[in-house]
Amino acid sequence: MRGNLAKAFDVANTQVFRRAALPKSYTDIIGRLLFRFLLNVQGLGAFALITLGVIVKKFSIAHSVIQPRVRAEISRAGVALMPMFIFISLALGFVVVGQTVSALAKFGQISYLGTTMVIVIVRELGPLLAAMLVLARVGTAHVIELGTARALGEVEALEALGIDPVHYLIVPRVIGTALGIFSLTIYLIIGALVSGYLFAFLQEVPLTPGDYFKQIAEALNWLDFVLLALKTTAFGFFIAIVTCYHGLAEPLRLEDVSRVAVRAVTQGVVVCVLVDAIFIVLYLLT
Amino acid sequence: MTETDFNPAVIEMRSAHIASLRDAAFTVVADVDWTVLPGEFWVVAGQQHSGKSDLLMHAAGLMTPARGSCNVFGCDTKNFGEAQIAERLRIGFVFSGGKLFNQLTLAENIALPLRYQKNLSEVETDSKVQTFLELFELTPFANAAPSSVAVNWRQRAALARALILQPELLLLDNPLAGLGGRHRQWLLDFLNQLWTGHPAFGGLKMTIVVTADDLRPWRNPQRKFAVLDEKIFSIVGSWSNLAESREHIVKELLAGTDSVTL
Repeated sequence: MRGNLAKAFDVANTQVFRRAALPKSYTDIIGRLLFRFLLNVQGLGAFALITLGVIVKKFSIAHSVIQPRVRAEISRAGVALMPMFIFISLALGFVVVGQTVSALAKFGQISYLGTTMVIVIVRELGPLLAAMLVLARVGTAHVIELGTARALGEVEALEALGIDPVHYLIVPRVIGTALGIFSLTIYLIIGALVSGYLFAFLQEVPLTPGDYFKQIAEALNWLDFVLLALKTTAFGFFIAIVTCYHGLAEPLRLEDVSRVAVRAVTQGVVVCVLVDAIFIVLYLLT
Repeated sequence: MTETDFNPAVIEMRSAHIASLRDAAFTVVADVDWTVLPGEFWVVAGQQHSGKSDLLMHAAGLMTPARGSCNVFGCDTKNFGEAQIAERLRIGFVFSGGKLFNQLTLAENIALPLRYQKNLSEVETDSKVQTFLELFELTPFANAAPSSVAVNWRQRAALARALILQPELLLLDNPLAGLGGRHRQWLLDFLNQLWTGHPAFGGLKMTIVVTADDLRPWRNPQRKFAVLDEKIFSIVGSWSNLAESREHIVKELLAGTDSVTL
């Protein structure tokens, strides 16, 4: 591990993280947890900035190697997940849209349907669910692959060949996950809205497809599209950063990989919720 | 290049403290003073966990000494970064056990440095990779995953991967470990050819440093020897110095630690 990358990882390898003795009091435990949390945030932040720097700086370097890898990652975090997402979008439509439509119909408030759908599916549930599913399917694979590669010394092998590990291992994963979540969210939202209407139709709710989609179109504004793009890309970026960081941060032994995978997935969920919270504030401000 | 004209040493360590890869705060070898000149063939021997791999990784500039200095091709390894990529690519490094990329086939492993550094597509590197596969007798395993071939072939693929960019300095970490008899002999002969100028590499005479835990296979009057023992790096000199040495560690390394398995 050389240069900047080593600096970002120094944080994870400090005494606080490894081999520290058991704390003697509750305040010590809280203090250590807080300290660990701050160090983790610092390490993740440094790693995210390094990765962004490498994406920008090495955009045109070795693209004949990196481009196929980016394509493979997009296929893994996007195209390959389509069947699962079709299933989930159908289920989401049946569960959320179908029930809301029939409940609103009972109270005679069917004109609020568009607004409700946009808030629930387009702004919140769609992006967050897509992010969680990709985290579960692809994020875990990132931690395990990178953790194993680190444990087997492949990172040093890359450096010995003059290949930047961030450029070769991280950049394709970050781009692939970000684009994958962005596209899958759109399919998930469309699928959920369509299947939701089908469910409402089966329940004989007095609503024509034209009215339904007109309501949704009226409830959406241009900011929804911008924020949706930003939010899903941010989800993808941070999921990839968190999972890759934990895969590479420690000079792992093979038996540590499972422990780190669990930690990375937990932190991935937390980071997604935090990103989501930031966007809720943005929605409320506008 | 002008720097190397003033300073002909390929590797120059001055009072270097070699840190451990696992724990940077732990010094495995202290005060290394070592100069490797162009065209030399060094054998650094030591028991397991004596710090051979760490020393070699410092010599390759993959790690920097905790104290003291290490210059490779006249460039301080502390400054090794993106700008020094030309210097870094003059070094070929073969890890113990090969450390091939498990996600790639053997052929892709060999092609990777060439494709990345020269920005070439798979088709463009194909002919050179085929030549290398033939040279290393790896053609039948070209599309095999590293984990599905024996360590003998993994070691050869790792050597091919390190050589495809035609380095001037070749560092091998315990290259004979775990190899079968025929493969040991092949590797020893091949390294000798590289050292004296292999026709496949334009007759370029490479500087070679290997580490070993058994000195016997490396017997050659023209090679230089050093031993690592209890954090001390000591240069012994030629094979005749080695044979005359009264040091316990030298005798142990000459007796062969794996004599039981042989």
